[in-house]
Amino acid sequence: MELFEIWALSLIVFLPLAGALVALAIPKEREEAVKLWALGVSGVTLILAVIVAARFDFGAAGRFQFEVDLPWIGAIGANYHIGVDGISLPLLVLSALVVVLCVIYSWKHWDEPHNPRGFLVLMLILATGMNGTFVALDLVLFFIFFELVLLPMYFMIGIWGDRTMRKIPGFKKEVETRLYAAIKFFIFTLFGSAFMLLGFLALYFKSGSGGLDPTFDIPELIGRGFLFEGTFAWLVFGAMFLGFAVKVPMWPFHTWLPDAHTAAPTVGSVLLAAILLKLGSYAFIRISIPILPETAREWAPFIAVLSVIGIIYGSLACLAQTDVKRLIAFSSVGHMGFVMLGIATLTEVGINAAIIGMVAHGLITGLLFFLAGSMHHRYHTREMSRLGGNLKLMPVLGGILGFTAMASLGLPGLAGFWGEFMALLGSYQPLPGLSTDFFRTAMVIGAIGTVLTAGYMLWMLQKVNLGEPSSEWAGKKFHDVDRYEMIAWVPLIVLIVAVGVYPKLVLGVTTDAVVGLVETAFSSVLGG
Amino acid sequence: MVNAGLTTIYLAAEEGAIHAGTGGIWSEWAGLMLIGPMLAFLVIVMFGKRMRYQGAEVAIGVMAFNLIWSTVLLVLNMGDEGVLYERSIEIARVGGGLVFELGWMVDGLSIMMYWVVAAVGLAVFVYAHGYMKGEIRVTFFFAALSLFAGSMLVLVGSPNLVQLIIGWEGVGLASYLLIGHYWEDKENSSAAMKAFYTNKVADVGLIIGVIIIGVVLGSFHYWDLAAAAAEHSDLLGPVAVTAAILLFIGAMGKSAQFPFHIWLPDAMAGPTPVSALMHAATMVTAGIYLMARTFPLYQELATAARPWMIAAGTITLFGMGLLALVVDDIKRVLAYSTVSQLGYMMTAVAAGGYTAGLFHLFTHAFFKALLFLGAGSVIHAVHSNNMSDMGGLRHHMPHTYRTFVIGSLALAGIFPLSGFWSKDEILATLGYEGYNLVMWIAVAGAFVTAFYMARAVSLTFFGEYRGHGHPHESPRIMTAPLWALAVPAVIAGLVNIPGLKLPLIGSFTSWLSVRSVSMGDHHAESIDLGLAAAGLAAAVAGLWLGWVAFGPKAAKRRAERDWVEVPGLYPLLRQKYYLDHVALGMVWTIRSPLARAVNWVNDYVIDGVVNMVGALCQGLASLVYRGVDQRGIDGVVHGVSYGASGMGGLLRRIQSGRVQQYAGLLVAGLLLLVVLVLFVL
Repeated sequence: MELFEIWALSLIVFLPLAGALVALAIPKEREEAVKLWALGVSGVTLILAVIVAARFDFGAAGRFQFEVDLPWIGAIGANYHIGVDGISLPLLVLSALVVVLCVIYSWKHWDEPHNPRGFLVLMLILATGMNGTFVALDLVLFFIFFELVLLPMYFMIGIWGDRTMRKIPGFKKEVETRLYAAIKFFIFTLFGSAFMLLGFLALYFKSGSGGLDPTFDIPELIGRGFLFEGTFAWLVFGAMFLGFAVKVPMWPFHTWLPDAHTAAPTVGSVLLAAILLKLGSYAFIRISIPILPETAREWAPFIAVLSVIGIIYGSLACLAQTDVKRLIAFSSVGHMGFVMLGIATLTEVGINAAIIGMVAHGLITGLLFFLAGSMHHRYHTREMSRLGGNLKLMPVLGGILGFTAMASLGLPGLAGFWGEFMALLGSYQPLPGLSTDFFRTAMVIGAIGTVLTAGYMLWMLQKVNLGEPSSEWAGKKFHDVDRYEMIAWVPLIVLIVAVGVYPKLVLGVTTDAVVGLVETAFSSVLGG
Repeated sequence: MVNAGLTTIYLAAEEGAIHAGTGGIWSEWAGLMLIGPMLAFLVIVMFGKRMRYQGAEVAIGVMAFNLIWSTVLLVLNMGDEGVLYERSIEIARVGGGLVFELGWMVDGLSIMMYWVVAAVGLAVFVYAHGYMKGEIRVTFFFAALSLFAGSMLVLVGSPNLVQLIIGWEGVGLASYLLIGHYWEDKENSSAAMKAFYTNKVADVGLIIGVIIIGVVLGSFHYWDLAAAAAEHSDLLGPVAVTAAILLFIGAMGKSAQFPFHIWLPDAMAGPTPVSALMHAATMVTAGIYLMARTFPLYQELATAARPWMIAAGTITLFGMGLLALVVDDIKRVLAYSTVSQLGYMMTAVAAGGYTAGLFHLFTHAFFKALLFLGAGSVIHAVHSNNMSDMGGLRHHMPHTYRTFVIGSLALAGIFPLSGFWSKDEILATLGYEGYNLVMWIAVAGAFVTAFYMARAVSLTFFGEYRGHGHPHESPRIMTAPLWALAVPAVIAGLVNIPGLKLPLIGSFTSWLSVRSVSMGDHHAESIDLGLAAAGLAAAVAGLWLGWVAFGPKAAKRRAERDWVEVPGLYPLLRQKYYLDHVALGMVWTIRSPLARAVNWVNDYVIDGVVNMVGALCQGLASLVYRGVDQRGIDGVVHGVSYGASGMGGLLRRIQSGRVQQYAGLLVAGLLLLVVLVLFVL
């Protein structure tokens, strides 16, 4: 099966794009056909991703597998270089899975202005961008995929988003929430990307010093790490940091997130939370740390500070929200704070924490946004003060909401716990050379953050789920969870429990790769 | 008080030099006891509604299975060799040499806990089947009860600290679900939140403590912790006190030690069987258990932590007992009583009385479960929690009355009921270890205990009936568990009478002593008659005073329930030392000013900057457009943000039904780019 080894990843990446093209050829009126087609394409992609995972050599998780390295743009030495290792595999599978679930969910749930074909085409393009980012091993390729994600999401928010009018301080006219959010999302990310590209180019040119050919190849750049030092490296790290930090998003670059999430259609929110946010943190692990390890050590305390601020700030902001979706959005700021805190420790445990934290956050927050969307679909409001007694009106939906909220607050035995716990574990003893006192302080503050997280989740549950339904809903009939919702959610629920009980599902793949990464990058301080 | 024998025990154990049976298949498959209730939870949630008894049969069946299994282990462990077995399955290697494991442990301590959880659990489950008849959400109730018991078993069966955390918070979750069973009322859901949340705050201590131990030792295993403590490990030494205090903070949350006890009295909001389970077996004992499990740490390295623990325990045992004197709700009387008794256990363990603390945990489980179930039976009959609505019930409810009195006498520590022996052992240990002041406070606490129980019994069962309707005895399915618990409440003390070793059964001390975590504590060879008499005298005096003050004669004299309202003290007690106000104030501060301030910063400071930049760009763009280039070098104008209006116009056109064209354009553009790049360059 040599053929599969070569073609698998390329198919996973480009099949959705090709599928999107074909979908455009299907007449718009034949909605069922478009949906079936999208399901088929994303389904095959998922199956391919699962086969890749099954055929993955776990004994060599630190090595890139299913690798393809072809000359691409000769003039600048950019190659079509793709591959997966233990770090990217879980995220790739997650990405393929979530797209399928989104297709299933959207079967009967369309936000205005309807138009399933347009929406599904965008979703498939998005899938190409996301999958591509996780397998790209060339900076140019990475950049293209990373940016490709931007456009479909921009259109999703801008077209299918929330239409309520909103007054923006500083602007004279009121604007629709979706327009404001879409543009904010776009410009914010573009702003970061510009710096990121600058960083990539700087690496490229610098890699050419000493008689070598300049390169965009990530493994190659890792090998040439010795070329990047001093102020140059510091600035390059900073430039890339801006690009990645906006995407994560880290405090204080996060303000696009609550707006984008609140305005986005349900599926857009799910994809945004489950996958898009991971692109930034993944890039730290894939690019920043291995290529510029020495500089990463200089930046680590700074990243840790922002992460911890994000944890506390995100949780506190949650407590002030009145809109369910906005609350969940802010919770992402906190959770991604834990992910970044793990990365900032630069330890095996910490980076592992980040990856399992990303997977868990993808599963849990993705599900939370599904639930928020379904509730909005039924109540036509997201104001918590008007909700209440949800568990009484819709026992199954309410039950799943309760479960997911518990997972989100990091209940041990469910997926969310390990990321938080291990991030704190890593912070107790960061990489040698980093200040222990500093990171231990961060650990304590982070642990306090878990308490605040529990606070807003319980409070949200009490407001939304418990109590008697308000008179507004008296006598109204509500459809509890329908079939499509169930099919889309059950896999997430099962995975949340499975990863919670048996974290080896994720860590079994990642640990060797992470250990290899840390040992290579920091061999000088770890002493062989 | 460091016992030299301890080090030897651990080192010998590590080399496998300790002789103990493995327990055969009963140990090898003991994990079934942990998994069973968890599976029951899933099964009941999914299929319970279709079952004849709404899932109760599954929950009860699993508990009965557990009782049989743990009884076999208990008997096996009574032999000379004892049982020691442990099994761990790796669930992840996480880097840094650390491994997470799940598994189970079979040794004296865990067997005792398995048995207590199963015995009390079965009685409560059977009772609940009668009690909950006709209530809402019975199915989910039994599912959550199973989760409650299952989490506790995961906790006590754990061979390592990570699994302990899983069980620990699982217990917290189950308590949240059960306390908030009637969540239609905000009061109840708030009580559930309070329980979960207070515990969550304390858990910060537990989690950081576990992290410190895990990182420092490179292992989360109790065995490694015990060995490191026994060897006075240089690695553990410098952080031992910090870690010990942090673990203790976690234990204070679960075991309701001052000032973390505030959640427990409010936990009454749940149905009474929940309280019985929570106060006896499945929740509040977890903290005591943790202290016992990690006892070597406190014994050998973290001795500096012990005065703090004793202080917290002593304040709890005395101060919280006083609160039971002024409340009207019968379940709250029992709740404060539990808090106070937990104070005894914590003080004992902290003072070095490993066996004494656990022995009290053991006997307390039976009589406190009995008392709660009795209170439930009364509440079931009079439809009120308040003792002011009760009175004279001994005629109407003979079984409940008799068993409740037995439970009360056991709790008060009257010879020869179980509570007498365990309380005496605690007093003896405190005396032996030289904590004389604490010992006398504990004697005074015994007086208070007897006093409030006499008050509760008098107000409930004697005098005239003050409620409405006609109270009647509960059905047999509820009274049978009462009698079943009354038996151990009477005789459980016999297994640990100083100097008496029962044939075949041995003694409680020997059950716990042979192996993995043990000991090094003092166990009196003979009873100290003077101390026993003092404790007994305090209890009898308390009973007498309670009877005089609240008995039928007193009730006739005065309509007012509370006998003496000491100025200053009475309001202080009624307001629960104002601790709830403090806690609420803290929560309010975070919720209101702080969270709002953060949100304001977000919307007006950070976003203010963002919007300002946007507005400036828009202004600049239109300036350039109008002033510089009327006809437009589009590139400049479309710059950063031609602004919301421009984009809006574009979007408005798109949304009007031509999206796919744009999407198509997007795809085509991309492909074009790819083709260009591939072939042209």
